[in-house]
Amino acid sequence: MTLSTLWVLAEPSSGSFSSTSLELLSHARTLATTVEAVTWGEGGSFAGLAGEYGASTLYDVGDLAGALPGVPVAHAIEALIAGHGAPDAILIPASYDGRDVAGRLSARLDRPVLTNVTGLVDDGGLLTEHPVFGGSQTVTAKFTGEGPGLIVVRAKSFAPEPSGGPAATVVAAPAGDTGAAGTAVIETSHVEERTGPKLEDATVVVSGGRGLGEASAFALIEELAKLLHGAAGASRAIVDAGWVPYSHQVGQTGKTVKPLVYIACGISGATQHMVGMKGSKNIVAINKDSEAPIFQIADLGIVGDVHTVLPALIEALKARS
Amino acid sequence: MNIAVCVKQIPDPAAPQSFDSSNNLNRSGKLILDEADTYGVEMALQLVDKAGGGEVTVVSMGSAADVAGLRTALAMGATKAVIVSDDSLRGSDALSTAKVLAAVLKRESFDLILAATESSDGYTGTTPVQVAELLGLPSITFAKAVAIDASTVKVSRQTEEGYDEVAARLPALVTVTAGVVEPRYSSFKGIMAAKSKPLETLSVADLGLEGQVGAAGAREEIVSVVASESRQAGEKYVDEGDGAEKVVSFLESIKVL
Repeated sequence: MTLSTLWVLAEPSSGSFSSTSLELLSHARTLATTVEAVTWGEGGSFAGLAGEYGASTLYDVGDLAGALPGVPVAHAIEALIAGHGAPDAILIPASYDGRDVAGRLSARLDRPVLTNVTGLVDDGGLLTEHPVFGGSQTVTAKFTGEGPGLIVVRAKSFAPEPSGGPAATVVAAPAGDTGAAGTAVIETSHVEERTGPKLEDATVVVSGGRGLGEASAFALIEELAKLLHGAAGASRAIVDAGWVPYSHQVGQTGKTVKPLVYIACGISGATQHMVGMKGSKNIVAINKDSEAPIFQIADLGIVGDVHTVLPALIEALKARS
Repeated sequence: MNIAVCVKQIPDPAAPQSFDSSNNLNRSGKLILDEADTYGVEMALQLVDKAGGGEVTVVSMGSAADVAGLRTALAMGATKAVIVSDDSLRGSDALSTAKVLAAVLKRESFDLILAATESSDGYTGTTPVQVAELLGLPSITFAKAVAIDASTVKVSRQTEEGYDEVAARLPALVTVTAGVVEPRYSSFKGIMAAKSKPLETLSVADLGLEGQVGAAGAREEIVSVVASESRQAGEKYVDEGDGAEKVVSFLESIKVL
């Protein structure tokens, strides 16, 4: 191990740390002697969880009083570096708030940030791996200047593995005065109801794209997902078109999924989409266009109209149950 | 109400992408306005309209050899455009880009700065927030709706589970998602008018940033670029009424059924 200390941004998420945070803590243990976590809000009470995944210290920014995390958390990390010295690098989940923290911190510290990372390798220094051009090529990069480098990592890049370590020591890491930049405040939160497993945790994902033709046809996707005890996903095209909420989006700007089987219905396979699902164990594609790029990565391809294949599939599954 | 929109001219996303000999993205072909930026331009035009007047300024960095993308934004209705173009900016990273954009934005006083959540070619997705930090402004990313209420910007911001209503004091920076508004098509009149609208080209020296940005300011390097392990295509059938059956058999074979 050539790295001495890595910090991981451990994002609180409904009673736990986000799964990407746990993945990063797990992988950080294999790269550095000391792993420490930075959190805020309810995350401050997860010392046991932080320790279980290998963090020895949990720096707690505390309650943000409704502020968006980007500014106060970046201020707190800057103060931690001034007080405790800089880690070799800071690993940050590629989430909405994670990206905000990375951008803010990069400008405050005048340090570069590498994003869309899916691999971290210790090669006498830290190398980052980035899929480009829809995942057809992998770029390996490294920081050349003074640290800490900021590394934004995509979900599901590493396996979350508890180490069984003791609870982390909690250390308060207040943000201090964040000035005008810190005035973005959350007034209300809205949770979009969805039934069944979460998209990123489901063993079966059924996704729909532009080939569905109209918003109402997404009901076929939802019905099929339900019959397979899976989750319904969507391509960016139909999210942008307003057919389904963004929380369904799979791809570069949406969620990364790696289910046992991914069933792409009426999805052509834009690189933006493929990046988010090509890690699936099995891929089934149903599309009218036999030349659609999605067929190049599908284990089973059905060249056909989703409006006839899906109802037949739904009937067949109903007949079995 | 004066609004700046940060935009990027990118190679046609439908064309194959490649790296040049210095491992920079090959941008030698024709450049267009990133579609992701058309939402910000449209949003700015609508907000200025609602406020009863003002200017929409598009701000960009990159080669000024081809400014068709900026003309697209002007044809939609933007008032003027500024592009920072300088050979020394080749190889700029996100933070360098942010420093350049921030230096341009500092020259005027804007009530609101809009940007896309990320570009469609580099998709680093950090530049707008870096700009906000360099300018000391609040930022709200991933907006799916934006409204101005006196001196406050109110945004519906996407979250993992839905959305939050977030407010910030102006001046502020907001990144908008695709679909936040429906970008207008430029009218013939708009296209003609765009040809005579102000388009200013600046150098790094004009901004006093010599030696601080571009490849000189980048502190990361590419070690290698290799082809990823690719998935093999499996079996492909033309549906002849048996498509559903084939899917069922496949799901059985992997024990999903």
